[in-house]
Amino acid sequence: MARNQASSTLRDARVVITGGTSGLGLALVRELRERGARIAFVARNAERVREVAQRTGAHGIAGDVARKSDIHRIALQASALLGGVDVLVNNASTLGPVPLRPLADTECEDFEAALAANLLGPFRLTKALLGSLASSAREGRGGVVLNIGSDAGVTAYAGWGAYGASKAALAHMSRIWDEELAEHRVRVRCVDPGDMDTPMHALALPDADPATLARPENVARTLGTLLASELAQSRSGAMLADAS
Amino acid sequence: MIAASAPSPRPADAKLLVLSASGGLTQAPRAALPQFVRQGDVVVANDAATLPASLVGVHQRSGAAIEVRLAGWLRNRVGDLTRCLAVVFGSGDYRTRTEDRALPPALAAGDRLRLGPLSATVVELRTPPRLVVLALEGERDALWAGLAQHGRPVQYAHMREPLALWDVWTPIAGPPVAFEPPSAGFAVDWRTVASLRRRGAAWATLTHAAGLSATGDPDLDASLPLPEPYFIAPRTVRAISRASARGGRVIAIGTTVVRALEHAATSGALRAGHGVADQKIGAATTLRVVDALLTGTHEAGSSHFELLRAFADDEPLRAMSDALEAHDYKTHEFGDSVLIERPRQPRGARRVSDRREARQEEYSR
Repeated sequence: MARNQASSTLRDARVVITGGTSGLGLALVRELRERGARIAFVARNAERVREVAQRTGAHGIAGDVARKSDIHRIALQASALLGGVDVLVNNASTLGPVPLRPLADTECEDFEAALAANLLGPFRLTKALLGSLASSAREGRGGVVLNIGSDAGVTAYAGWGAYGASKAALAHMSRIWDEELAEHRVRVRCVDPGDMDTPMHALALPDADPATLARPENVARTLGTLLASELAQSRSGAMLADAS
Repeated sequence: MIAASAPSPRPADAKLLVLSASGGLTQAPRAALPQFVRQGDVVVANDAATLPASLVGVHQRSGAAIEVRLAGWLRNRVGDLTRCLAVVFGSGDYRTRTEDRALPPALAAGDRLRLGPLSATVVELRTPPRLVVLALEGERDALWAGLAQHGRPVQYAHMREPLALWDVWTPIAGPPVAFEPPSAGFAVDWRTVASLRRRGAAWATLTHAAGLSATGDPDLDASLPLPEPYFIAPRTVRAISRASARGGRVIAIGTTVVRALEHAATSGALRAGHGVADQKIGAATTLRVVDALLTGTHEAGSSHFELLRAFADDEPLRAMSDALEAHDYKTHEFGDSVLIERPRQPRGARRVSDRREARQEEYSR
């Protein structure tokens, strides 16, 4: 899809992005702002949230997607501030225990924490925002959930147990969501952004040469185009259904 | 592993009592709701999400503890926390019956309230001693953050455990504009929506900012519900027109849907867009849009029960109340449901209707 066309698809789209103050999330906030989207992003550190909100003009929400009690508070603020939600990007994610370690040395609590952030967080937030997303899809504005997956959820890398298992489950859950929400014309995708030069990557593999890693802003551009295309398809599905 | 904390107060074994247009009563599990919907019907629900509208704090001039319940939006100011209606109580909480709650300290315009991280000013006493126009202060993002952090769902003494926000959001909840849950919507989960559609019924939503159902002040309570803003999307109006044109019924999920649709059709044809429902619906009301209503069980005399009188005569309603009593139906927002269909002008589809009633009979056995 040509850049111009993609840009216009996301103009005034109401987008929620989790993990929006660093790495890929921050790059997505900037990229989608540039494409004219209205954004509410979520991150744990209230101070960072304020800074990024000020710099980008997006709405900032302080919250932790790994905490059940934060989910509806986030959904409340996002839907109030944006006046509805067309796109949810579940980007926030935790590596689990670092330095990375074999499953045999992974504490149960650390495994649970990885699942809470990487799997249950996206599940709960999708569920809490589903009314908004489905309503948006019915009204012809489209409804899309983009979950950020990982190669570690496909290939069994030693040392990536908690993270890899959570991302594998996220990918599978995304496929089931997509199957179930098809009749509401809400599309759910899980995408592996590849290895990027981000704080999280540095935490996992401190010795990696940044020159060999993708720039998050380049990945964000690709994801922006993907989102525009998904949103356009969700919209055309709704128009066909309404005409019947 | 990660505990889902307390179970939802919504019972999985909820019951449904159906009062048909001919006055017949049928009992069914609420999960069987889709079976009472026919091909060509349209089911309309209220997708408002519920605000954490209860804020505890301090009346600064007196130092007295208070509870503020946001209660309604001002005209043309939906979602505007800087100017909205609120009911103020003295100390205590929902565990005390609303009518037994302490009065707030004598309020005056200009009084400052501290509500956790939020600050507010009493702008105007609307109906003393409790109903005020309140101005919460701050930027919009900070106000919503403060409300999300400090606010709790409005609840009443019959529910002992404190409710969380997820308890009061219906499965389809979207725009956070309601002060109490549009509770009939608890009966409709996504599986229900799917099976309604499979039966050939259409599914549509509107957004209606349900207000407080009780304030503890008898005079004020008598005037409830307060005027309630609503929004009806053009697509919803099209779905209703299509259903009506094909002889299908308009089934409202909840009294708020009845209020919105009937208000939007006051001048004849149903109009899409924004409005403020300020009419009372009762025995004297001629319904123009809604054919059937799914709602909770309501006590005779309450404003909700009055609304039912627009759907059915007193005799069948009395029989319905007796059946609810006799079979231990649960009341209140997380209780059981009734589906009431109003009598219609006879149409060519009479035989279809006879068959449906035969099927309902099977249920009661």
